[in-house]
Amino acid sequence: MSHIEAQEAEAGVGESLPDRAPQKSVRRQMLAEFWFYFSENKGAVIGLCVFALVVIIALAAPIIAPHSPTLQNRDALLIPPFWEDGGRLSYLLGTDAVGRDILSRLIFGARYSLFIGVIVVVIAVSLGIAVGLIAGYVGGWVDTVIMRVMDIILAFPSLLLALVLVAVLGPGLTNAMIAIALVLQPHFVRLTRASVMAEKQRDYVTAARVVGAGPIRLMVVTILPNCLGPLIVQATLSFSNAILDAAALGFLGMGAQPPTPEWGTMLAEAREFILRAWWVVTFPGVAILITVLAINLVGDGLRDALDPKMKRS
Amino acid sequence: MFKFLLSRVAVLIPTFIGVSIVAFAFIRLLPGDPVQMLAGERVVSPERHAEIMHALGYDQPIIMQYLDYIWRLLHGDFGTSIVTKRGVIGEFFKLFPATLELSFCAIIFAVALGVPAGVFAAVKRGSWFDQTVMGAALVGYSMPIFWWGLLLIILFSGTWHLTPVSGRIDLLYFFPKGTGFMIYDAAVSGQKGALRSALSHLILPAIVLGTIPLAVIARQTRSAMLEVLGEDYVRTAKAKGLSRFRVVGIHALRNALIPVVTTIGLQVGVMMAGAILTETIFSWPGIGKWMVDSVFKRDYPVVQGGLLLIAMVIMFVNLVVDLLYGVINPRVRVR
Repeated sequence: MSHIEAQEAEAGVGESLPDRAPQKSVRRQMLAEFWFYFSENKGAVIGLCVFALVVIIALAAPIIAPHSPTLQNRDALLIPPFWEDGGRLSYLLGTDAVGRDILSRLIFGARYSLFIGVIVVVIAVSLGIAVGLIAGYVGGWVDTVIMRVMDIILAFPSLLLALVLVAVLGPGLTNAMIAIALVLQPHFVRLTRASVMAEKQRDYVTAARVVGAGPIRLMVVTILPNCLGPLIVQATLSFSNAILDAAALGFLGMGAQPPTPEWGTMLAEAREFILRAWWVVTFPGVAILITVLAINLVGDGLRDALDPKMKRS
Repeated sequence: MFKFLLSRVAVLIPTFIGVSIVAFAFIRLLPGDPVQMLAGERVVSPERHAEIMHALGYDQPIIMQYLDYIWRLLHGDFGTSIVTKRGVIGEFFKLFPATLELSFCAIIFAVALGVPAGVFAAVKRGSWFDQTVMGAALVGYSMPIFWWGLLLIILFSGTWHLTPVSGRIDLLYFFPKGTGFMIYDAAVSGQKGALRSALSHLILPAIVLGTIPLAVIARQTRSAMLEVLGEDYVRTAKAKGLSRFRVVGIHALRNALIPVVTTIGLQVGVMMAGAILTETIFSWPGIGKWMVDSVFKRDYPVVQGGLLLIAMVIMFVNLVVDLLYGVINPRVRVR
């Protein structure tokens, strides 16, 4: 029995559902197929679980954080984690140079990182898809101009361009997010354009045009859904890139500003203590690494599940 | 081949113009008055203000200003630092060897480990070795390298006292007629312990900067190798009775390396971004640290010139990769 038959059996295809709600059944079957490939990749499932955990932590931050992320305690400066000599159970991961609880700051930091990731990806994806659709669908000089502009953005190292943009706009989280989104969006433009150009020639598009669909409808309703696979994968990768770049900007002092408990900013504040208090440096980095790794694992799984060419390789 | 070269260079011209427009626009997008920025705290009379505006060419139409900017670029004038009063291009070439040396060592590190790891992972597909390498590659790919650098400093410099924390060489050593490439200078100078000192300063930054390229190269080599190993000609080579080493190492690897070379080239941009962070952490006196410092000092002519020069370096490297690609894969040239 092939895997498709296996899923069909699993999803109950061919039993009783199809005649009642064919549309729904097709959707469900597609979802089942997607989950079949995705769940084959154990790493991806683990990544998804870890990511879900980070999301829950971020949402429940005020409930689960033992202390306020900005409350300074003069009696507890640079307290080591609880398992080290001098550690206290009330500060599980120790405190920083002004006596703030590191665990609580990390928990609240998850909010910033996920927020940055979501906003940046939403801006980059929507802008990138819109521009890419136009470039791919219209073609001609419009396409040439758009792609040259994208080449120019890609000619600069992303972090450098983001750094310079932030220098123009002024340091801060909002400007850092705008800069990162701008730097990431050419990838979406290129991907969308390539898929649109491949799909545009297909018979089903011609059929839709003959039936009388206008250009907007052709672009958004007919063509776009068939280009989504690679875009979703790229969006996942951009999500992790956005978190990394925002942390890097924070680390350079150009992103979120202290006392914001953003992970990169925390690292920047901790730099002068690296040889005295390893915990203030180690834990924010671990948090970044775990989050980014989880998202990248999910991205790998999504690619296996959504990209027909990569399947079974 | 010459025609191929020309066509590739021609494509670069519009990109260069665009990049120069970005660099030109950057300084004009800055909030504030350019004369006030130069004057700092001092008060400038309206007449003097107009005079400086005229001297800087700010009273010209914007298109004339841009053409003037290009004209000066073509004559090697990339602006003058507000802080040091020295030409940007001179500073760039003084600091560039440090970044070049670091990036070169990082890419050697990444290729020397990444290509063999990818090849073995592909050959032993599904084994524990493959899974370990791919797991490690994913961790490396997800690594916040600014944190990775700090962690290595804590371990190697703080705990084990094996390597220095920052800089390029001990203060003991000085090379009056240095080329800027510290390893070479130290080796040629014949001063005792100089080479050792230079290498011990270089090793951690090179590892940190090479980590992400290493992960990307290992993954790319593995997938390219897997694709090639499934080809008919590899099966033929095996059937002829050639040794496993010959089939994998010569027949398959040569074709598998084609996409890998492109990947290595693409890593140059990643390296320049990485250099910004790595050089900041290790106080490495290169281009990346120079740019960050200039942003902080609001030395905008340096940021503008540096931005343009770095983009030009990346464009140049991409051109070389493109040409190399044509050499190792003749099919590209015919298009």
